[in-house]
Amino acid sequence: MSGAVHTGLAAPAHERRALRDPLVAVLVGLCLAAALGLVLGRPAPYLVNAVGQLAAFAILAVSLDLVWGYLGILSLGHGLFFAIGGYVCAMHLLAHGTVMTGTLPDFVQFMGWKGLPAYWAGLEHAPYALLLALGLAGLVAFLFGLVAFRSRVNGVYFSIISQALVYVAMLLMYRNDTGLGGNNGMTGFPLLFGWPMGAPAVVTGLAVAALLTLAAVLAGARRLVGSAVGRRMLACRDDETRLRTLGYSTTRLKLRVWCLSAMIAALAGILYVPQVGIINPRVLAPDLSIEIAVWVAIGGLGRLGGAVIGAVLVNALKFWLSAAMPEAWPFILSGLVLLVVLALPNGLLDLAGLRIRPSWASGAR
Amino acid sequence: MSALVIDALTVAFGRFRALDALSLAVDPGEVRAVIGPNGAGKTTLLDVISGITKPVSGRVMLGDRLDLTRCSEAQIARAGVRRKFQKPSVFPVLTVRENLAIGCGPDMAPGAREARIAAVLGEVGLAVRAAVPAGALSHGEKQWLEIGMVLAAEPGLLLLDEPVAGLSDAETARTAELIGRLRRPDRAILVIEHDMGFVEAVADKVTVLHEGRTLYEGGMQGARRDARVIEVFLGR
Repeated sequence: MSGAVHTGLAAPAHERRALRDPLVAVLVGLCLAAALGLVLGRPAPYLVNAVGQLAAFAILAVSLDLVWGYLGILSLGHGLFFAIGGYVCAMHLLAHGTVMTGTLPDFVQFMGWKGLPAYWAGLEHAPYALLLALGLAGLVAFLFGLVAFRSRVNGVYFSIISQALVYVAMLLMYRNDTGLGGNNGMTGFPLLFGWPMGAPAVVTGLAVAALLTLAAVLAGARRLVGSAVGRRMLACRDDETRLRTLGYSTTRLKLRVWCLSAMIAALAGILYVPQVGIINPRVLAPDLSIEIAVWVAIGGLGRLGGAVIGAVLVNALKFWLSAAMPEAWPFILSGLVLLVVLALPNGLLDLAGLRIRPSWASGAR
Repeated sequence: MSALVIDALTVAFGRFRALDALSLAVDPGEVRAVIGPNGAGKTTLLDVISGITKPVSGRVMLGDRLDLTRCSEAQIARAGVRRKFQKPSVFPVLTVRENLAIGCGPDMAPGAREARIAAVLGEVGLAVRAAVPAGALSHGEKQWLEIGMVLAAEPGLLLLDEPVAGLSDAETARTAELIGRLRRPDRAILVIEHDMGFVEAVADKVTVLHEGRTLYEGGMQGARRDARVIEVFLGR
C-alpha cells in the first residue's frame, strides 16, 4: 500500500513534465540549426545524407511514440506505413524519370512489360503522389484501426495483429507480378523534380527537407499532446473504461491518433526512400518494425524527445558499426535492449535524471 | 415515473448466473443502497447499468424511455448516468482540475466547464489541491476526486460502488455528508456498500441481493430484523 502511494507520488510530477517538454523545443531548434549548417557549411555528401536519413528515422520514431507512449497502443507493424510512403515515393520517382528520360524502369523491362502498370497513372505528379501516399497510409490505418478498436482489441493482441499485418504486406510485395518491383524492389531513381539524383544540391535539399519536416512534426506533436485531446490520450492510456464511462468515444479518439501516426510514418518513408535510393520488401520485415519500438524504448517511451534521441543514437551507431564491424551489430543492439530493460526502464532519458519510473507501470493495461 | 427500472435482468458468466431475473425500480430523488454478501451480483448490476457488461436477457430502462442494455458506455454516460468505481479510478498523470475537466464530458461548452469545475472543486473540498496530479493524492482524496468527476456533468443517475471502502471513520462521515448534499429531486443515487452504518446514514431504502436475486427490499431497520437477511449476510 505505502509502496503504491510512493510511486504514485513520483510518477505524475515527471510525466507532467513530459506534457510541457522543454526537450522538444531544444530538438526543434537543433533541427533548424542543423538544416542551416548543412546549407551553409556544405559538409561531405555522405554526412549530409546520413543526417537526412537519421531525421527520417526520428520522424518514424515520433509517430510510434504518439500511439505507444501517449495512447498505450504498441504497434509492431509501423514499418507498413513507412513502406507505403516509401513505395509511393519510389513509384513517383520512377514515373517522373520515365516521363523525363523516356526510359522504362529496370524492373518493368525485366518483366517484359511495354509500359508502366495502369495504376501508376498520374504518379509522375508529385502533389498527387504525396496525397496518395498519405491517403493510402491513412486509409489502411483507418480500416485496420476501425476493426481492431471497435472489437476492443488491446494490448499484446493488438501488437501481434499489427505484426501479422506487416508480414502479410511483406509476402505480397515479394511477388514480382504486383508491379512494384517484387523482391528486388525499386531502385535506380534518375531524377528528383528534374534534378539528377546524386547532385550535392539534391542530397542537401533532401536532408534539409527531412530536418524541417522533423521539426514541424515535433512541434505539431507537442501541441497535440499538450492539448485537451492529449490529456484524453493519457486518460485513455491509463484507464480506457473510466474514460468511456465519462461519455467519451475512445474508439474515435484512438482511431484519429492512430491514423495521424500512420500518416506521419508514411511521411518518414517518403523522405527516406530518395535518400537511400532504393526500396524493397525488406522494410516490411517484422524485425524492422520491432526495431522502431526499440528506438523509442531506448530513447525514452512517452517523451517525444526520447523517441528522437533513441532513433538518432541507435541508427548513428548502426551506420558506424555496420561499416566498422558488421557482424557485431546485432549483439550490440541486443545488449542495448537488455541494458534498457534491466537498468534504464525509461530509456536513455533516465541517464539525464529526467524520469524515474516507467510510464507503462501505470500505463498499459 | 421511475428514474431507473430494472426488469427481469439475467447475466450469466458461463453457467454461473451472476444476476438471475433481477427486477428493481428506483424513484427520482431516491438514494437506494444495494447490499449483499460477496458474489451477490452487486458490482455486476452496476456493470450492466453502465454498459460494461451485456445481459443475457432483461431490460434496464432509464426514465421509462431508454433501454441501456442497447447502448454503449459512452451513450449511457451521455444520457446522464455516471459511475464511481470500487477502486478509485482517476487519471494519475492529470491534475485534479484536468480530471474534473474530463469529468464534465465531451459536450459541455468551455465557459460552462470552468464554472462547473470551480463549483465541483468546492463541493468535494479539493480546491486547494486543484493543481496536484491525481496520482499524488491520498486514497480518500482520490475517492472524493472521483465522486467529483462523476458529479461534474450533473448526472441524473449516480452509481456509487463502495464509496467509503478503505476510508477512515472521519472520512466516511464526511463522504456520508457529501452524498446527503448530492440528493436532488431529479437525481437518483444507487450506492453499493458494505459499511452498514454508512448505508443507514445515506439510504432511503435498501435492496439486499443474494445469489443474483432480491432477498429483501425496504428500510434498513427492517433489513436488520429480517430472518433471511440475517442468515445470509448480517449474521455472519
